[in-house]
Amino acid sequence: MRTILYILQKEFIQVFRNKTMLPIIFILPLVQLIILVYAASLELKDIKMEVVDFDNSSISREIISGFQASPFYTITDFKHSVDEAEKSIIDNTADVVMVIPAGIEKDLLNGMSPGVQFQIDAINGMTAGLINSYSSQILMGINTKLSARLMRFSDQVPQMKQIEISRRFWYNAGLNYKHYMVPGILVILVTVIGMFLTALNIVREKEMGTIEQINVTPIKKYQFMMGKLIPFLIIGLFELALGLTFGWIVFDLPFRGSLLVLFAFAFLYLILVLGFGLLLSTISNTQQQVMFMSFFFLLVFILMSGLFTPIETMPHWAQQVNIINPFAYFMKVNRMVLLKGSGFADLTKEFLYIGIYATVVLSFAVKYYRKTV
Amino acid sequence: MKEQDDKQIIIHVDNLVKKFGDFEANKDLCFDVYKGEIFGFLGANGAGKTTAIKILSGLSSPTSGIVEVAGFDVYKNADDIKRNIGYMSQKFSLYEDLTVKENIRFYGGIYGMRAKLIKERTHELLSRLEMTDYADKLIAEIPLGWKQKLAFSVAVLHRPKIVFLDEPTGGVDPITRRQFWDLIYEAVEDGITVFVTTHYMDEAEYCHRVSIMVDGRIAALDTPDGLKQQYGAGSMNDVFLKLARA
Repeated sequence: MRTILYILQKEFIQVFRNKTMLPIIFILPLVQLIILVYAASLELKDIKMEVVDFDNSSISREIISGFQASPFYTITDFKHSVDEAEKSIIDNTADVVMVIPAGIEKDLLNGMSPGVQFQIDAINGMTAGLINSYSSQILMGINTKLSARLMRFSDQVPQMKQIEISRRFWYNAGLNYKHYMVPGILVILVTVIGMFLTALNIVREKEMGTIEQINVTPIKKYQFMMGKLIPFLIIGLFELALGLTFGWIVFDLPFRGSLLVLFAFAFLYLILVLGFGLLLSTISNTQQQVMFMSFFFLLVFILMSGLFTPIETMPHWAQQVNIINPFAYFMKVNRMVLLKGSGFADLTKEFLYIGIYATVVLSFAVKYYRKTV
Repeated sequence: MKEQDDKQIIIHVDNLVKKFGDFEANKDLCFDVYKGEIFGFLGANGAGKTTAIKILSGLSSPTSGIVEVAGFDVYKNADDIKRNIGYMSQKFSLYEDLTVKENIRFYGGIYGMRAKLIKERTHELLSRLEMTDYADKLIAEIPLGWKQKLAFSVAVLHRPKIVFLDEPTGGVDPITRRQFWDLIYEAVEDGITVFVTTHYMDEAEYCHRVSIMVDGRIAALDTPDGLKQQYGAGSMNDVFLKLARA
């Protein structure tokens, strides 16, 4: 135990003496949190729309003003032909073109169902989908208003009443995208910093040659590993606390669940991730090798973790891959605890799994760390 | 030198073989090192010196043969061996980003020395090296020769039975080398056995006994004077050249 304390003392001195490490640990994550959370928004603002109105009636104007009233749309131009408007899409000056056909008012008054056409720039399929659904929503609103009015004027009995949809969004009533992103990005920051720091640390000792000196001492493998793990575990937990405080102050992050549960999970999770870092460092000899290897794993794990795209929409094989993706678990737990208020009982499966996973990875790291060559 | 018979054997090596794939780095080494002597391990680059010293200090496992260090078997009691030896390699091994004092404390600590003892020895060591003023300087800031002397002193801080030195004076000026050897003699007076590899032949003269390795084998083993006589050479340098060219 005393041996471990001496290693800890040395590691902490080294971390805090390193003038480039300190900002990386304490300032970089906060900057990243701000940038990523604001940047990784799925809300669309300022959709550029061009209108081709062949009808020029009071109803067509009503439709147009419906879009003008929406905070998401800017009507940039009115064109006289569809070709002209399509050219704007080609030239990238419009995201969507709305074509209102001639006779739409007449048809409506005659009880027919005329159509409005949207032409959407779908280079980014996700954006196109959003524009489509926003536009349909706005049009639906106009529809309801119009049909109410038409009923009054028309002597015909309307054929069908529309079904009204009322919604309640659970756990994130305001659909605040930031509340969804902050816990996810926090997971990434904590993991990346922890994994890189541990992995680089041992490899640096290899490069410097000090590891050889350590290896001729009677230090035990587990003592050495603990000495390397504990400092970064503490830094990782501190990092999480820092990020949560920041999220609370800046993004008004709700804390519905117990922080104790969250930190208990983070503790297990960090042992797993740092164990991964240790494992990578035992099989690499240079900082370059270990950087590339960690980078590979991190990139795959991050993109598959459900940060941007829900795991539920991934193909079956990808969901299977996520069984070994540590990010996916912490991301889920972090969101569930913070946004939904889940407690230990709801997360036993995750706790158990990460616990076993951490034990396995750490044992491999200790096993592969060899004191002899 | 006294008669070798009444000397106590502290390192016993018999038929030591180390292979890396097909390459035999150590071929059938047999030798004994006696307590309290300075044993020089000479050889050209690539002769297998470092391989052998790594096996003796437990950094590497032998392919076959008997190796006993400080009375412990290298296969079974590697940890006991490690507790009883010190090691200093050609690759510099103190932490550059720790101060002189912090390095001493760290290494003392992992050898299980009590805090009070570490403090005493630190004080003693620094005044012996005349480095008391540099106690709080980072290793990165002190000259190479000083680092080497310090590294040696740290390697014997826990008073090991044997200290292994792998080309300890590489890249160091002659004056500092002379001072370094003074430190080695002081360690011997404290009863520490010194096992040193070098390719400086003048240093070979400082050793009590010298073995010369050629292509993974021990080609000669005797006192420096004995070797000079045997090969009719005026200096260890000539002995070495005769052997290496043979």
